[in-house]
Amino acid sequence: MKILVGLGTCGIAAGAAATYAAVLSRTGPLDGSCRVEKTGCAGMCYREPLVEVRDDDGTRWQYGQITPARVDRLVSEHVVNGSPVTDWLVWTSGGKGQEQAFIDRQHRIVLENCGVIDPEKIEEYLEKGGYQALEKVLARKDPDGLIGQIIESGLRGRGGAGFLTGMKWRFTRLAPGKQKYVICNADEGDPGAFMDRSVLESDPHAVLEGMAIAGHAIGATKGYIYVRAEYPLAVERLTIAIAQAEARGLLGDGILGTGFEFHVSLKEGAGAFVCGEETALIASIEGRRGMPRVRPPFPAVKGLWESPTNINNVETFANVPWIVRNGAEAFSRLGTAKSKGTKVFAMAGKIRRGGLVEVPMGISIREIVHDVCGGIKENRKFKAVQMGGPSGGCIPAELEDTVIDYESINKTGAIMGSGGLVVVDETTCMVDMARFFLDFTQRESCGKCTFCRIGTRRMLEILSRITAGQGVDGDIEKLESLALLVKNNSLCGLGQTAPNPVLTTLKYFRAEYEAHISNRKCPAHQCQALLTYTINEKCNGCGVCGRACSAKAITGEKRKPHVIDHEKCIRCDECYRACRFDAITRM
Amino acid sequence: MEATRPFDFANLHFKGEGGTLIPLLQKVQTEEGYISKERIEEIHRKTGVPLSHIFGVATFYAQFRLRPVGRNIIKVCHGTACHVAGANAISASLKDILQIGDGETTPDRAFTVETVSCLGCCSLAPVIMVNKDTHGNLAPADLRKALAPYRSGKA
Ligand SMILES: Cc1cc2nc3c(=O)[nH]c(=O)nc-3n(C[C@H](O)[C@H](O)[C@H](O)COP(=O)(O)O)c2cc1C
Repeated sequence: MKILVGLGTCGIAAGAAATYAAVLSRTGPLDGSCRVEKTGCAGMCYREPLVEVRDDDGTRWQYGQITPARVDRLVSEHVVNGSPVTDWLVWTSGGKGQEQAFIDRQHRIVLENCGVIDPEKIEEYLEKGGYQALEKVLARKDPDGLIGQIIESGLRGRGGAGFLTGMKWRFTRLAPGKQKYVICNADEGDPGAFMDRSVLESDPHAVLEGMAIAGHAIGATKGYIYVRAEYPLAVERLTIAIAQAEARGLLGDGILGTGFEFHVSLKEGAGAFVCGEETALIASIEGRRGMPRVRPPFPAVKGLWESPTNINNVETFANVPWIVRNGAEAFSRLGTAKSKGTKVFAMAGKIRRGGLVEVPMGISIREIVHDVCGGIKENRKFKAVQMGGPSGGCIPAELEDTVIDYESINKTGAIMGSGGLVVVDETTCMVDMARFFLDFTQRESCGKCTFCRIGTRRMLEILSRITAGQGVDGDIEKLESLALLVKNNSLCGLGQTAPNPVLTTLKYFRAEYEAHISNRKCPAHQCQALLTYTINEKCNGCGVCGRACSAKAITGEKRKPHVIDHEKCIRCDECYRACRFDAITRM
Repeated sequence: MEATRPFDFANLHFKGEGGTLIPLLQKVQTEEGYISKERIEEIHRKTGVPLSHIFGVATFYAQFRLRPVGRNIIKVCHGTACHVAGANAISASLKDILQIGDGETTPDRAFTVETVSCLGCCSLAPVIMVNKDTHGNLAPADLRKALAPYRSGKA
């Protein structure tokens, strides 16, 4: 029997390191038949810290919210006495958990090993068939056939744009040049996205193997992983993984006894969203300011140090070993006509089960939100999903039958993006949401193109004015015309897509903009400047609101209805949250 | 201009590779907490990379700080999920408690506050990170208690 503790960043943030220590000290005195191991992220962020008990026959029992205080009972009952603690069981391989639907509706290719193996032990990756795909392609010595296989699988880039991966490899292979490079884009800058981080933390070898296979396909001997500086644990685990793979002759010179050499180095980003764009990323690796340049020439022809370079996303690479092992056909059987395989989404926002899910392409938004993620918290109303972060848009609840495939998502005005999916309910203001993203893109614009640099700022000013209750007639039209100008006059994807959050919210939630401007009302009751707080007849004069009010705007005698002085009220919401009698009306 | 006039990175080699200015600056910051004028000048003298280029890179990336920081660094996540979960109220409350804004340091050098785009712990939103510890599911009222051990140096 073994006990596995999920030690990804979200697990650790939720206290998993203390749980791990508690498990070690509780099992230490036992007879040694129960091993304790670390594993990565199982994706159930909403029930962290996660602890799994795995029987010798492989039966898995996943427990949720295992704080150190719960460790003793868990070990005593399940490990020592052999009776699982059903109260805390979230998922079991035998179908007995409380939240079975979360895992059972998924189809795991990229996340196959995440939360299953110890990412710091290459042996465990090898046991799962790791590096067999690399061995296979090196034995076949047919890079063109390999590229053909990747094209046939239908794998498209998971970094956002969805370009056919095999085609990109072919262009790089055909480009003239002695030295070629493979780059793994692990910059994951979209706020609300953490898929790539989890893969790197939980199954780093899958990404390394995918890169080495790409290296063989295009004829490169050197690879870089450009990883976000905010991901220290991913950096640590990648460093361990590279060293282990080199020690076993799976990376480095003369891989697996063949003449193929492939070296991987890490480059840490320094906090610039635009560096996720491929030409900016290359500039950053070269030690310059990360500013995009005109394409063509594409990196496939002229990339790092002016040499042909193939850039793919983390998740794209993680799919590759699976495709080589299981065949292109097994992959292309999943999904829709033009979008094959699966997609990993980082689910966050107002849903019951937030975390990492991997679903087959072709599943509908409704199924993801309601079936996999359990619907909206506190029984509120599902309003929209935001897909694709600052480059994407909002898809309203009415379109929840839209299926996950590049073309269908594009039709709504949003984009597939890299996989951040934030679900919002009726308490989220869509104008504020658009403002949030414009604030982000405006800050992250590198400044090279005037329309992106200044246009996004002007758009932000208008949105700020509207949410502050100072919108004027004509603001919506101004936003629309600026949006078009920014879209059409920017060099890279940052500017070209920055207006999407505004355009999609205008398309589906125009009435909310109008309510802010014409009626000075925020229908979601979120924009503070537009709120009025009053005390209604339910007030029994308990005085809690008055004590909560930092502006001293609430007065009244004990046990008599209180009143709010609107001149003094700073609309901080504290009274509304403090009142237990529903006696404060927020309009 | 940058693309057409490549620098001579010959002196900048770091384990036999080019493009080492960013790793160099990162090393300085890790060791000293920020990048001082003296260090920028030193890098310039030792590598020959023009001062303007070093300064340009140091100011382009959000990670680099050109001013000394406090003993504890508070990163307030303003990712999408945290925004939806009330990150603005967290920032406002921090400002109230510490009397400093984004990017500033308290006069006693106990804390520096930084706003960050996303810490990637979205299901714990709203989140702040103090040094290496993540604090999730926060309400503005929890902040004072969360910060106390850092102020006294007990965390
Ligand atoms: C502003 C901007 C940010 C981007 N950020 C990322 C990112 O964080 N990760 C990523 O893989 N691709 C990102 N991309 C897309 C890359 O430019 C590139 O298309 C991608 O890495 C190619 O890999 P793929 O074909 O495997 O998707 C970004 C693009 C733009 C314009």
